[in-house]
Amino acid sequence: MKTEFIALTAPDLMLASLLVLALIGLGARLGLGISQTLTIAAIRTTVQLLLVGLILEAVFTQAKLSWIILIVLVMMTVAAWEILARQKRKIKGWWGFGVSAFSLFISSFLITLLALTIVIKADPWYTPQYAIPLLGMLLGNTMNGIALGMDRLVQTAWQQRAVIEQRLMLGQKDSEAIREISRDSMRAGMIPIINAMAAAGVVSLPGMMTGQILAGSPPVEAVKYQILIMFLVTSGTGLAVITVLQLITRRMFDSRERLRFDRLLKEPR
Amino acid sequence: MLRLEDLQIANIEPINLTIAPGQCIGVSGESGSGKTRLLRAIADLDEHGGQVYEENIAQDQVKAHEWRRRVALLPAESQWWFDTVDQHFNTQAKYIEALGFEQDVIHWNVSRCSSGEKQRLSILRMLSNCPRVLLLDEPTANLDSSNIARVEDFIGDYLSEHNAIAIWVGHDAAQLERVSQQQYHLSGGQLQPVSKL
Repeated sequence: MKTEFIALTAPDLMLASLLVLALIGLGARLGLGISQTLTIAAIRTTVQLLLVGLILEAVFTQAKLSWIILIVLVMMTVAAWEILARQKRKIKGWWGFGVSAFSLFISSFLITLLALTIVIKADPWYTPQYAIPLLGMLLGNTMNGIALGMDRLVQTAWQQRAVIEQRLMLGQKDSEAIREISRDSMRAGMIPIINAMAAAGVVSLPGMMTGQILAGSPPVEAVKYQILIMFLVTSGTGLAVITVLQLITRRMFDSRERLRFDRLLKEPR
Repeated sequence: MLRLEDLQIANIEPINLTIAPGQCIGVSGESGSGKTRLLRAIADLDEHGGQVYEENIAQDQVKAHEWRRRVALLPAESQWWFDTVDQHFNTQAKYIEALGFEQDVIHWNVSRCSSGEKQRLSILRMLSNCPRVLLLDEPTANLDSSNIARVEDFIGDYLSEHNAIAIWVGHDAAQLERVSQQQYHLSGGQLQPVSKL
């Protein structure tokens, strides 16, 4: 049941860009040092989104599995790389990448697959109109969760390494010695999505739902999709954070329950 | 009995050493000579070569955390992570009075304790596991003279009461003379017995 929606024209977007230009001008005038970053970011978002629009249009008309796999791989690689880039304490190269990519894969990819085949029942299951946006939303959120949880775990464990070792000296198991830090990290990874669920509809209108409404969907239909997404994203993020915390903890301690940051972190230069 | 067999730590020659039950050995040496690393290797907190036996149980025969309950390391600076003292104890604290505290010390806030009080409390905390071997890294460094004597007597009593073993690392030669039956000096990568005068 498609309703009419108003298509945007190039002049419409230019009008909106005038607002950003005005902000850039104001920032420069007040010497706030934000103009350059803002200019680059505005140009990036325009170019990136236009490119993605063109690619998606091509993929949607083709609906080939090989194309979709390629897109999925690119999205996951970038997400895994972003996670590592956000870590305050740098995790060792390929291992860190592997952990991020694996956690993203078993959370985002598997949950999207589940939703496509069991809940939405798209035909074929990889119908790009459903597969790509779903995976995108899951990846974006699990990426955040993983990055936050991982950063909190490694950072806190590093700061409290003397405490962890003291607990080991007292005969605690490695899992026990790091229990409070693990709990903290789990919470850190889950807070954004818990906030989003709590605020949804009251404080904020979720972006996807808003988009569907703008595109002419009846609000209740849009809401149903939004609830589905919220549940998928929450379970995906939870799974992702649990996975990454487990993997990092295993790496942080060796088989003799010794704290081994040398296995986890890059040598400081 | 505690037996070190070809115990290897970086930059130190393999160590062979046997300590009989009830005995305490003293280890001295300059800062950085590896005294703390020696204790950490015996507690299996650092990677090392060779083998350590306690009552004929090899280090790698038991899980690491079980080993550390039997072979306890007291670090030079104790760490506390909960608010009150008792949250750090698994079992009922024993020997509270023997170390000069009142019974209610267990409910104290850790942030209220002086460094000397923390050091004595950390000894109590270590002993709540009833360890067979005590690895003591400068256990009296933050204490005043009356408490130093108290801790020395107390450790001695614990060793004879439980037939336990201690390795006492310290800088004070007179103290090592008092508390240990045999002394060793660690320097230039070698652990050498000190002949008694």
